[in-house]
Formats: sequence, C-alpha cells, structure tokens
Amino acid sequence: MSKGKINRIKDKAFGILGLVATLSGLIILAFFIGQILYEGLSRLDLDFMKDLPSRKPEKAGIFTAWVGTLWVLVMTTLFAFPLGVSAGIYLEEYAKKGKFSDLLEINISNLAGVPSIIYGLLGLEIFGRVMNLGNSLLAGSFTLALLILPIIIVATREAVRAVPNTLRMASYGLGASKWQTIWNQILPASMGGIFTGVILAISRAVGETAPLIVVGALAYVPFAPSGPMDEFTVLPIQIFNWISRPQHGFAVNAAAAIIILLGITFIMNGIAVYLRNRWQKKINW
Amino acid sequence: MSQTGHKIQSKNVDVFYGDNKALSNINLNIIPNTVTALIGPSGCGKSTFLRLLNRMNDYIDSFSMNGQVTMDGQDIYGPKVQVEELRTNIGMVFQKPNPFPKSIFENVAYGLKIQGVKDKKFIANRVETALKQSALWDEVKDDLKKPALSLSGGQQQRLCIARALAVDPKVILMDEPTSALDPISTAKIEELIFELKQKYTIVIVTHNMQQAGRVSDYTAFFYMGELIEFDETTNIFTHPKEERTQNYITGRFG
Repeated sequence: MSKGKINRIKDKAFGILGLVATLSGLIILAFFIGQILYEGLSRLDLDFMKDLPSRKPEKAGIFTAWVGTLWVLVMTTLFAFPLGVSAGIYLEEYAKKGKFSDLLEINISNLAGVPSIIYGLLGLEIFGRVMNLGNSLLAGSFTLALLILPIIIVATREAVRAVPNTLRMASYGLGASKWQTIWNQILPASMGGIFTGVILAISRAVGETAPLIVVGALAYVPFAPSGPMDEFTVLPIQIFNWISRPQHGFAVNAAAAIIILLGITFIMNGIAVYLRNRWQKKINW
Repeated sequence: MSQTGHKIQSKNVDVFYGDNKALSNINLNIIPNTVTALIGPSGCGKSTFLRLLNRMNDYIDSFSMNGQVTMDGQDIYGPKVQVEELRTNIGMVFQKPNPFPKSIFENVAYGLKIQGVKDKKFIANRVETALKQSALWDEVKDDLKKPALSLSGGQQQRLCIARALAVDPKVILMDEPTSALDPISTAKIEELIFELKQKYTIVIVTHNMQQAGRVSDYTAFFYMGELIEFDETTNIFTHPKEERTQNYITGRFG
C-alpha cells in the first residue's frame, strides 16, 4: 500500500473514532434524561411542588427542597459574587506582578480543584462550630460560597485581562483614577465574561450535595426555611434521600425532582450562554 | 519662531526599565504654542520620553527615573502632584484610535464626567466645541448617540483628539497619531494639528519624516536613548549639526 493511502485510512479511522467518542457521551446522557423523563414526568404537578415531605411517596413533595435550593442559590450568590469579583479585580488591576502574585494565582487555581467534601469539612468546622452557625442556611451558603469563590475569581481575572490595555490607557490619559477606570471602562467591558463565570459557578453550587451533607443539611425538614438561620434541605439531598429508600414510589419522586433540578441548571446555563453572546456582540474591538 | 519661555522642561532625565537604560541625560525644553516633533528609529526612546510628560510610564512596573520634568515650573513628579489633575492639563492621543465602546457623545464627555461635572448644558457645549475643534462636528452632529466604534479609523482618531480637548488641556501629546490611518485621514489630522497649536502646545512622536517636516516647529532627534539634536525643524531638515541626524533624515539608517 502506498503511503498516501495509509494516511487516508488513518484519517478516516480517527474521524470514526471521534464520532463514536462524541456520540457515546451524548447517547448515555440522552438515555439518562429519557429515563428520568419517562419515570418522573407523570409525577410532576403543582401538588408535588407544594407538598411537604412525607413517609408516603404519593403524598411527599419537594416544597422544602426547592425553597431551600432557592435560598441557598440567592445567599451563595450574595456572598460569593462581590468577594470573588473584587478579588479578581484586585489581583488583575492592583496587585503588583511578582513572585507573590504568581503564588496566589497557582493556589487559587488549585483551590478550584479541591474536592467539594473538603470544603464541607472546612465549613462544618469554621461556620458550623467556630462561628456557631450550626446547620443553618447561613452555614451552608457560606460553605458553597467558599467552594465557588476560586471559580469566580479565575473567571473575573480572565474577563478583566481580556479588556485591551489601550482602553485603560485612554481612560488614565483623560485623568481618570484607577477606580474610575475600573468602574467606567473595565467592568462594563468585562461584565459578560464575569456574569458567565459567576452563573456557571452558581449552577455548580446548586448541584452540590457532599459539602452540604457534611455541614448538616437535613433530608427531612418539616417546614420550608423562612430565614437565614433556619435548618434547610436542598434538591440534591432530597433526591439522594429518596433514591436510597426501598419503595418504588420514592424512585419516581426522585426522578421528578431531578427534572426540576436539571431544569434549574439548564436555565442558568442558558442565561450564561445568552449573556456571553450578547456582550460579545455589543463590544467589538 | 520668536516665542520664548518653556512650557515643559526636562533636566538631566534618565529613564530605566529594570536595569535597562531607556533614556539618558535628556535636556529638552518644549516651547508654548508650538509643535515639537520627536523623531528617531524604533526603540530610541522617543515614545518613552513622550509618556514621561504625562506620567503614563508609571503603569510599567519596572519603570524608574532620575532627573526632573517640570511643567510651568512645577515638578510633575513631585510628591504633591495629583496625577489625575496633571493629565487633565496634558492630554494624550494614542497610536491606534482607542475610543471607548460607548456613544460618540459619551466618549467626548467622559473626561468631564469623571471630574464630577454634572451640568448637562455645560457638558453638551464642551462636547460640541471639542468636536468642532477636531473638525468632526459636521460629520457626526446628527448621530452623537451612535457608537464611537462605528466611525471610520480617521474619524475615531479625531474623536480621540476631541475627547482630549474636552477637558481643556494646555498640552497635547500625540504618539504616532496617524500611523494607523490612510493618507487622507492623515492629512486631516495634520491640518488639525496646525490649527490646534494656536491654543495648545503639542508634542508629537512620528516615524514619518515628511510629517515632522510638515507639522512641527521644533524637532528633537533621539537615538539609542539619547537626545542627539534639538532645533527648529527647518534647521534640522536643512542643515543639521550632527552627522547622525543627517543620516537619519536622509534615510541612510533607521
């Protein structure tokens, strides 16, 4: 066989391999979603959203869980967004480049890769015990905020770094201070990237189970939380709890709850994609 | 050229980037209401000198300097100097047009707004004046709300000049302002420079010998971080005292 022919066969072989690799991921995901929808869709109704937990699967609902998830989502964002964005801006615009900032950078990237259960243990000790917040919403949200902080910092830094330097110089050249330049030029130009990063980080936080279990989120909470010091549960924990029960009815409930959780995640990712595209169109250098 | 006095004066200025000496013992006086061209081959330090005058080098971490730069007798590197205020007196136009991704109006009004000016009428007047001064008014007066980035390159650069004029500076620094523009836009900017020197003192870095000859009253030739020669432009171009100047302007090197 000629060399050209062998190369062409290799080319084709890799093309097929790539296709199989892509499809296998998609097929598994599609199968999973299909099964969840098949099992859970009929269980989804307004009562399921409004009902409190119960020992009988047909009477149990996810009210406490989705309200808890919403609380956690809002509070985590409230803590993580200002902290993460400020830290990212500081590191990019204020901190002098040097060994120290390199060290910080490496460590922040490393933090993004620490297993979430470690954050749970940290949260349990610091927020739960030292700060005496117990297994409250506040403790859980602090822990998740800590977990997604590195992701937000890295996303912010990347978005800020992508702002061309000529824009900074133009602003400084007109007599703007550093803060005025950040507020009037850099932040508006990098908001798309920052929001995208924040939303993706939060949608990760919404799906987290392990750290919240460690902090002490309960599977059974008789009432939906009404304040930051209340005990709480979230959708993933509710799902985890139902799946470990023997009755088939609870498996159906779990499938229905998964649909809701997936829905929340999809919506958030959709918003992230939308924002990214919108901002990219708005700003053309 | 009969004007006397100095607008900007540099005395024994050395500039370093880390251990690298970028400028060495520069003594140069900029005379009010004139155009001074800084010429020289790439890397000769002319842009560094320009950025020294409004302290734009401060943003380079490894930057350090010796000597003194004064404007109207005041040390611009003095401890009491507010950099922000200094830059409203010494405006800058950059190599590549760099309007903000905002409307035309917002671009010109930016300098005033960050100074805290709230008076809308005052701002609108200033914007109009600045756009007229930069010969852009007739082209944009009906669409001041349009994004600045929708303008052509030459218009963008004139917008950047208007933006600098709006804060009412005394001195305007231009760092190769036409290097990214076509010949027609370049001619417009050069015409503009000629107009502006009635009111402002202009320092321009250029790679284009003809441009230096056309627009400037004084020319400073930099080479390898040193100021080789500084004189009235006609003298520099007709009988330079230094052989290196002669060689550079006749295109024998650089």
